[in-house]
Amino acid sequence: MSFLQVNGLSARLRGAGVPLLRGVSLEVASGEVRGLVGESGAGKSMIGKAILGILPKAVEVTAGEILLDGMDLLVLPPRARRARIGATCALIPQDPLTALNPSRRIAPQIIDRLVDILGWDRGRALARAEELLGEVHIPDPVRVLRAYPHELSGGMRQRILIASAFAAEPKLIVADEPTTALDVTVQKQVLKLIAEMQARHGTALLFVTHDLGVVSKVCDRLSVLYAGLVVEDADVRSFFAAPRHAYSRALLAATPKHTDPAASLVPVPDAVIAAVQDEVAAVDRRARHG
Amino acid sequence: MAELFRIEDLHLSLPDLYRKPLLGPPPRIEILNGLSFTVAKGEIVGIVGGSGSGKSTLGRAMVRLLQPTSGRVLFDGTDITHLSEAGLRPLRRRFQMIFQDPMSSLNPRHRVGQIIAAPLRLHGVAGAKTRVAEALDHVGLSATMAERYPHELSGGQRQRVGIARAIALRPEFILADEIVSGLDVSSQAQVLTLLERLVADLGLTLAFISHDLSVIRRLCGRVLVLRHGAIVEEADTDRLFAAPQAAYTRELLAAIPLPDPDQPWS
Amino acid sequence: MARQAREDTRGALQQSAGWRLWLSGGWLGLIAMAALMAPWIAPQDPLAQDLFLGRLPPVWLAGSEPGHWLGTDSLGRDVLSRILHGARIALIVALVAGTLTCVIGAVLGLLAGFLRGWVDVAISRLIDIWMAFPPVLFSILLIAVLGPGLFSIILAIVVIDWTRFARVVRAEAMAQGAMDYVASAQVAGRGRLSTMATEILPNVLPTIVVLLTLEMGIAVIVEAILSFVNLSISTDDPTWGGMIAEGRTSVHQAWWVLVFPLITLFLTVLAFSQLGEGLKDRYDPVLR
Repeated sequence: MSFLQVNGLSARLRGAGVPLLRGVSLEVASGEVRGLVGESGAGKSMIGKAILGILPKAVEVTAGEILLDGMDLLVLPPRARRARIGATCALIPQDPLTALNPSRRIAPQIIDRLVDILGWDRGRALARAEELLGEVHIPDPVRVLRAYPHELSGGMRQRILIASAFAAEPKLIVADEPTTALDVTVQKQVLKLIAEMQARHGTALLFVTHDLGVVSKVCDRLSVLYAGLVVEDADVRSFFAAPRHAYSRALLAATPKHTDPAASLVPVPDAVIAAVQDEVAAVDRRARHG
Repeated sequence: MAELFRIEDLHLSLPDLYRKPLLGPPPRIEILNGLSFTVAKGEIVGIVGGSGSGKSTLGRAMVRLLQPTSGRVLFDGTDITHLSEAGLRPLRRRFQMIFQDPMSSLNPRHRVGQIIAAPLRLHGVAGAKTRVAEALDHVGLSATMAERYPHELSGGQRQRVGIARAIALRPEFILADEIVSGLDVSSQAQVLTLLERLVADLGLTLAFISHDLSVIRRLCGRVLVLRHGAIVEEADTDRLFAAPQAAYTRELLAAIPLPDPDQPWS
Repeated sequence: MARQAREDTRGALQQSAGWRLWLSGGWLGLIAMAALMAPWIAPQDPLAQDLFLGRLPPVWLAGSEPGHWLGTDSLGRDVLSRILHGARIALIVALVAGTLTCVIGAVLGLLAGFLRGWVDVAISRLIDIWMAFPPVLFSILLIAVLGPGLFSIILAIVVIDWTRFARVVRAEAMAQGAMDYVASAQVAGRGRLSTMATEILPNVLPTIVVLLTLEMGIAVIVEAILSFVNLSISTDDPTWGGMIAEGRTSVHQAWWVLVFPLITLFLTVLAFSQLGEGLKDRYDPVLR
C-alpha cells in the first residue's frame, strides 16, 4: 500500500460553507514523486497543508481521510497527530528567503528538529547536519553551519532547506512550489538536487507546482486540480503524450514551449472553463444531496 | 526603419550600502556596464536575463525612472539622459511603462477608473471619462470595472488595468517589465495575446523584459540577452533560438523545463 | 474562492467595526453633549461649596440628598456637575492637542519618508534628539516656564508627542514610496509633492486616523496627569484629573469622588482608541 493515501478529502471555509477541496483522492508510494498541478486558487497548496496539519484556522476539513502508512491522521487527537506528522513528514517551502530565521545560525535551524522531536543528542545531530550539507553539494559544511542566512546566496539557502527536509529521514516530503522564486538556471540545479535526494532516500514526494514543464522533469505521476477537484490523475508519460481531460489539454497548450511557439501560450478557451465549472457544480450538487 | 530609442554606452552604478565603511562613501556597484543598442519604430524587442542581470534597471533607465551614471539615452532624437522631471514631462506621455507586480503598481486606495484617468488628467487630456472606457474596452474589460478597487480583481484583470493605464495616453513606446511572470499560465497566454493585438492595432513600439525565453520567442522580433549588466548576445528571435551564439544564451535555453518528459535535460 | 474568503472576513470585520463605531461614537457623543451644554444640564453649580453637604454618597446609598446624583466631595461640590464641566477641558485638549500633534508629526513624517535625502536626514536627526529628552520632565519644565493654563498643556502635548506621528508615518511613507504605483505616477509625469498627496497620503491615511484617535485619548490622560500633579488649569476649574487627585485623599470616606471621574476618564480614552480602529475597518477600501 502507498505510504500516503488521501481519500475523498473535502474542505471548506469555516462558516461560509464555500468548498475549497472537493473529494480529493490521491496516493504517493515510497520512492514515488507525485505532481500536484493547478492554477492559483485551485487548492493545490491546501492539500499539502492539510496533510502536514498546517491548514489555516479559517479552513475546516468536512470529509475524507488522510492515511499515513494506513493510519488516518484526521481521527487522531491533535497531539498524537502532530507527533506522527513530525516523525514522518517534512516540508520544502516556497520561499528560501523567509523560511530561515534571519537571526539564528544555520546549524540550530537544522538540528533543533532532530534534538527536540526525535530526541537525538546534539553531537549526533550536528554530525548528521554536516553529512547532509555534503549530500546537497555544499562545499564547506562546517563554515556554512556557523553562518547566518543573510551571508548565503538564495540558491545556497534553498539547498539548506532541502537538506533540512531530509534530515530526520522522513517517509514523506511535501515540496510547495520550491523553485517558483528562482532563476531558470538555479531552478534546474535545485530540481535535480531534489530528485537526487528523493531517489537516494526512497522518500515519497508530493510536489506542488503550477508549471507543467517542471512536472515533466521530476514527477512520476500527477494530479491536475481545478477548483479543488481532481480532474485528472495520470502517470507522467501518458499524460504528456495525450492528456485525457479537456482542461488538462488546455493547460498544456497554455504552457510556454519555445521549441514549438505555434502550439504554446494558447489561452484556455472559455468553453473549456465553462465545461469544467459545470463539472464542479455537479459534484457540489451530489455532495449536497448525499 | 526609423529609430525610436538609441542607447549609447550606458553605465549605471548605485551605492552599495551593505558594504559601506564606517567612514567615507560606500563603494558603488556597477549595474549597467556600457550597453549600446537601438530600438526601431514599430518593433518588439525582448530583453532577457537572469536575476541580477540588470534588465529591470536598464528598463527603468530607458523611461528615466533612474538616472544613468554615464552614456546617453536618446528618445526620438532627443537626449533625455539628464533631463529634469520638468523637462521630461512633455515627453512622458509618449513613453509609458507596465510593471511586473500589478498589485503593487496599482494604488490600492484608488478605483480602477481613477488609476487609468490619472495620467490623462495630468497631461490635460480632454474627455478622460470616454478615454478610460475606451482603454478598458481595448484590454477586454467591461466599463463597470472602473468602479472597482484593485484588490477586487483577479491577477490577470489587474495586469489588464496596468496595460489600460499605459495605453490610455496613446503613447508611442511601452516598456513591459516582467508583466506575465506573476500570472497563471492561462492568464499569461491571454495577456500576451492581448499585448500582441494592441501592438498591431495601435502601432506601438514595445520593449519586453522577461526572464523567460519561451515568452520572448512568442512575442518578440529581436532579442537582447543580458548578463552582469552587459549585452552578451543580440539577434533576431528566430536566429537566436535556432543557433544561439553565446554560451550563456545556450545555458539559459537548456535550463528551461519543457513540458515533455523526453527532453534531454542535463 | 479566495474572493469569497475575503468577503466573509470582511463581513465579520464590518460587523465588529459596526459595534465599535456605535459604542465608542455614542459615548464620545455623550461627552461632547456634556461639554457643550454643561451650564444648562448640570444639576448644580460645579464650584458651589457647602460644607454641610460634604461627602454625600450617590443617590442610591443611605444618607444621600436629592439633587446630588453622584454625591458630593469633601467641600460639598456636586460630583456629577463637576464631571460634566470637566468634559469641556478634556475635549478641548483632546481635539486641539490631538489635531495639532497629528498635523505637525504627519507632515514631517511624510516629507522625511517620501522625499528622503537631506530632508529625511534633517527630520530624522531632529526626532532622535527630541526623543532623548525625558518627556515628563520636559513638560513640567515647559509649564513651569509658561505658567499653568490650557494653552501650556496643549503646547506641552504637541511638543512632546509629534515625534510619535513623525516616526510611524515616516516608516509607512517609506514603505509606500517603494511601491511601483509611485514609479508609475512618475512615468505619467506627476511631480514629487503631487505624488505625495495623491498616491502616498491615501495609503498612509488609515494609519494616521488610528494614531490621531489614540493621540486624543493620550491627550486626555496627559491633561489628567498634569492636573493630578497640580500643573494644569487653575485649581478652580473642574477637570477630571483634578477631581481624581482630590478624591484620592478621601478614598476611604468617600470613594465616589475618585471612582466616577476615573470611570469617565477610562471610558473616554477607550472610546477614542476604539473609534480609530472602527473607522479604519469601516472606511478603508482595502479592508472593505
